[in-house]
Amino acid sequence: MLISYEWLKEYIDLSDVSPEELADKLTLHGVEVDAVTHLDAEISNLVVGEVISCEPHPDADKLKICEVNIGEEENVQIVCGAANVAQGQFVPVAKVGGRLPGGVKIKRAKLRGQVSEGMICSLQELGFEGKVVPKKYSEGIYAFPEEVIPGMDAVEVLGLRDTVLELDLTPNRSDCLSLLGVAYEAGAILDREVHVPEPKIVPAKEAAEDYVKVTVEAKDANPYYGATMIRDIHISESPLWLQTALMAAGVRPLNNVVDITNYVLLEYGQPLHAFDFDRFGSNEVVVRRAREEESMTTLDGEERTLSSSHLVITNGQAPTALAGVMGGATSEVEDDSVNILLEAAYFDPAVVRQAQRDLGIRSDSSIRFEKGVDPNRVVKAGERAASLIQQLAGGSVLSQPVEYDELNREEKELDITLDRINHSLGTSLSEEDTMNILERLKFDATVKNGTFSINVPTRRQDISIEPDIVEEVARLFGYDNIPVTLPNTPSTKGGLTAAQKQKRSVRRYLESCGLHEAVSYSLTTPQKEAAFEALSAPRVHVALPMSEERSSLRTTLLPHLLDALSHNRNRNLYNVSLYEIGSVFHTDADIVTEQPEEKTYLAGAFTGLWEEHAWQGEKKQVDFFVVKGILEGLLAELKADVAFEKAEQQGMHPGRTANVLVNGEVAGIIGQLHPVTAKEWSLPEVYVFELNLAGLLGKQEDVMRYQAIPRYPAIERDIALVVDKSVSAGTLERVIRENGGNLLADVRLFDLYEGEHVASDKKSVAFSLRYLDREKTLTDEDVAAVHEQVLEGLREETGAVLRA
Amino acid sequence: MIERLQELHDEAMIKVAEAEDLNSLQQVRIAYLGKKGPITEVMKGMGKLSNEERPLVGAKANEVRQSLQRMIEEKEKAFEEAKVLKQLEEESIDVTLPGRPVTKGSRHPLTSVVETIEDVFIGMGFQVAEGPEVETDYYNFESLNLPKHHPARDMQDTFFVSSDLLMRTQTSPVQTRTMEKHQGKGPVKIICPGKVYRRDEDDATHSHQFMQIEGLLVDEGIRMSDLKGIFEAFVKSYFGEDREIRLRPSYFPFTEPSAELDISCAICGGSGCRTCKGTGWIEVLGSGMVHPNVLRMGGFDPEKYSGFAFGMGVERFAMLKYGIDDIRHFYTNDTRFLDQFKHE
Repeated sequence: MLISYEWLKEYIDLSDVSPEELADKLTLHGVEVDAVTHLDAEISNLVVGEVISCEPHPDADKLKICEVNIGEEENVQIVCGAANVAQGQFVPVAKVGGRLPGGVKIKRAKLRGQVSEGMICSLQELGFEGKVVPKKYSEGIYAFPEEVIPGMDAVEVLGLRDTVLELDLTPNRSDCLSLLGVAYEAGAILDREVHVPEPKIVPAKEAAEDYVKVTVEAKDANPYYGATMIRDIHISESPLWLQTALMAAGVRPLNNVVDITNYVLLEYGQPLHAFDFDRFGSNEVVVRRAREEESMTTLDGEERTLSSSHLVITNGQAPTALAGVMGGATSEVEDDSVNILLEAAYFDPAVVRQAQRDLGIRSDSSIRFEKGVDPNRVVKAGERAASLIQQLAGGSVLSQPVEYDELNREEKELDITLDRINHSLGTSLSEEDTMNILERLKFDATVKNGTFSINVPTRRQDISIEPDIVEEVARLFGYDNIPVTLPNTPSTKGGLTAAQKQKRSVRRYLESCGLHEAVSYSLTTPQKEAAFEALSAPRVHVALPMSEERSSLRTTLLPHLLDALSHNRNRNLYNVSLYEIGSVFHTDADIVTEQPEEKTYLAGAFTGLWEEHAWQGEKKQVDFFVVKGILEGLLAELKADVAFEKAEQQGMHPGRTANVLVNGEVAGIIGQLHPVTAKEWSLPEVYVFELNLAGLLGKQEDVMRYQAIPRYPAIERDIALVVDKSVSAGTLERVIRENGGNLLADVRLFDLYEGEHVASDKKSVAFSLRYLDREKTLTDEDVAAVHEQVLEGLREETGAVLRA
Repeated sequence: MIERLQELHDEAMIKVAEAEDLNSLQQVRIAYLGKKGPITEVMKGMGKLSNEERPLVGAKANEVRQSLQRMIEEKEKAFEEAKVLKQLEEESIDVTLPGRPVTKGSRHPLTSVVETIEDVFIGMGFQVAEGPEVETDYYNFESLNLPKHHPARDMQDTFFVSSDLLMRTQTSPVQTRTMEKHQGKGPVKIICPGKVYRRDEDDATHSHQFMQIEGLLVDEGIRMSDLKGIFEAFVKSYFGEDREIRLRPSYFPFTEPSAELDISCAICGGSGCRTCKGTGWIEVLGSGMVHPNVLRMGGFDPEKYSGFAFGMGVERFAMLKYGIDDIRHFYTNDTRFLDQFKHE
């Protein structure tokens, strides 16, 4: 909402309050002012000029040579390129040495050989937005609609000696969608009176009822409809003051009648509509629900298809306006209109809101009706407009509007105690303080034994319960004046749950491993996941996605991590290790009606070099075992019982992928991305892992117990085993452990060899076994017995023989 | 014999002086001090001397031996030291060459901000609560005093999944969920970080996915002045002791009275600059006293209980803190961005 400071001054005394001070005060008390713009800030030396003569330029088709009286001894010659410049016009002229918005400086110039001393300006050149400039002047210079004395300060004449406050209103303060509303707000803050205009109408003797009938069929949606008949008007351009007021408020002037309805809309916050009665199509206004599929053309030229949830004004047959939203094209007021019907009505907010949503129209009318206009201002606004029309467009206002009236205009009554106010705020306001605030708000209130009885004016539709009054008192008392205290609650134990703590330690661990934490979008496209899961698998889809790319909820974290690897690779960042912790969304239903299962997943993706010390020539490419090592460390951190088993998984390298088993259950995968999948992302060798953290987090941690440091030395035995290639290292280690008994403290694989001296279908695997007895010093004989058992076990189960 | 010994001494001293390495020095030692050397020879003839002469010659012989011994050792030591020096010189390295890098990953700036804020509130006795990202209309809107067709629903454009399910537009639904768990008994003191979603085109200042932290305190006798107290403690702890706070009236459907929290601008200290758009203040969060309808729907009696709630945008905090100018950086996962946060 744009508020002209000069216009606002018509309703409240602001002589000692600058626009900036007013803006600060409004903001601090709850009506945020986003910007304060001085319209004349960048303009100097702008005067009124009278075009004395206007001749074509001898050497340029599109230029004209004008002699202009700018109130000085000598007329000046100005070369002007506007098509609409003409003799006899009064125009804004920027003199030589003058300045215009955008840093434009006016200099004496020669245009195709002709001297030009100044510039005749368009409104756009004076800083007005194109959309508020009257259509007549939108392609050329502006001409004042009335005679003005040449040489006068044109800034003044154009109403540019003004400041506009741009309000950023919260949805509850629709009362401030009007100058009067803002005046009441300023009045409450500044403790001042508000002057409401008193319409003066000289009614004609004829009765409107003789000309027009009003029938409201949709009574619930339209509790008040008033139609004022005004005859024999003269449509013209509005006077300057009206045009400039509208333009400052961001509204394009059209003609006097339409401008007046807009002026009153801005003034009272009450939308009005003027119909050309001669084009209305009948003598009866019928307000009814639209029929299904009924169509009408609104005055923006759009053909609209309506439904029964919309309300229309009709001539008994066809719709002539979409109630509260926009007029119809057929009965629009035009230059030749003579008799008009002025509508002032109250339309149900929900109905207007519905139409606004369904049809995608947000008009100055609809945004006011949808919030609920002041029922006590509807009739007054109509009278105000009628009086202005009479004043500016002539015509006779027929006595009494024709009305349908079932409107509830009662004020809401609220009771609240002083204690309630003070206890809510932590303040110690007195009855008098509070009463003073209510008076400033112009709320009708009485107080008895600490209880206030308040009649809330109908202009404040947002106030309906006690806390609303508390807020009104608080904001006028000043939030700054509320004391600072701490809650007087029993002490509570703050902290993280076990799962939250573990999630943090997962992050710390992975950071220390050298991984960057990624955060990516939850919304994705099924196509991206097709590499890992069948496209047909049920997914959670967004009902009306903004794009295909963000149309369903991810079921895996991997695709977006791969996107991130690609993004980095495209920027020549080849060595990247990322992880992400986030939710994935799984469902079994084809049509999702219940909340999907949200699981916290952890995934990692690696590509390029894992270690590099360039000048020493050391390099290590990331491989399966780098990632496995990280994962093993992580799962140790989470005290999980973990195992890996070879697995096949869509999108993964069939020979280099494993299931991660936690407590014997599959909790995730690890492996190399299938080269074909990698290629889809334009990536080279990539390793990934993904884990469901659900089973891993949240276990209450046991208190850690210290284990005594062994007092006796351990004995190490190294063995090199030759086995079939198909025998996995995991199997060998398991057999060793199973046969090593209590004395076997540790097993470590330290060598793997295939090649010369080993048969081609065999491999040599070397382990280091550490034996330890916590009770005594081990002898060679003690170890030999167990060790032999281990070798025996290996021979039997795996066919392993000791390498010679 | 004494003269002979002196002659030998002088002769040997010359040879020691002439020795150029440990080896030649060793030869001098063997030649003069060895068992077959001339000094030993001289000593062998001492038996023939008189009782008076014998001690004199013996003393001289010892003196010569010791002197020679000392000279040789000194020279040896010098050779050793030179050798060590030479070795050290050869082993010298360029200490300015880069060290072996220890790879360190990074914490995402959004995580950093969330954890820091969590810790501040944990210190004030709050617990961290979480909730689902796909929410029901009831928890996301209705229970927060936003019935269907409420105009304020327009403030948050929503991704619907079905008529009743949606991507949560705020972390506030965790309020109701937590209140329900408390079954009408206070105090409730929680903060709830999490991802939220709105139908916005992604650009420098908008993201269809972003993070919020919601806070809620409900108990008997909670006043608006308490909200100011908690905010003051939070702002001083998170942004710094020298920051001032300011509350401004605002509107949220789930709170009444409602307030925006501003903090004094860190860049200009309050005098007005580009960051604070000349106002000296920066808006950081929305808050207010919990609306009685919200308390009621969470199972709390608004006649007995009151409370306050607040919500802040994590990206906004991170952008303010680190001077980040484009919200998309948080979701692009460019390592040139992420890597900058490894010491945070």
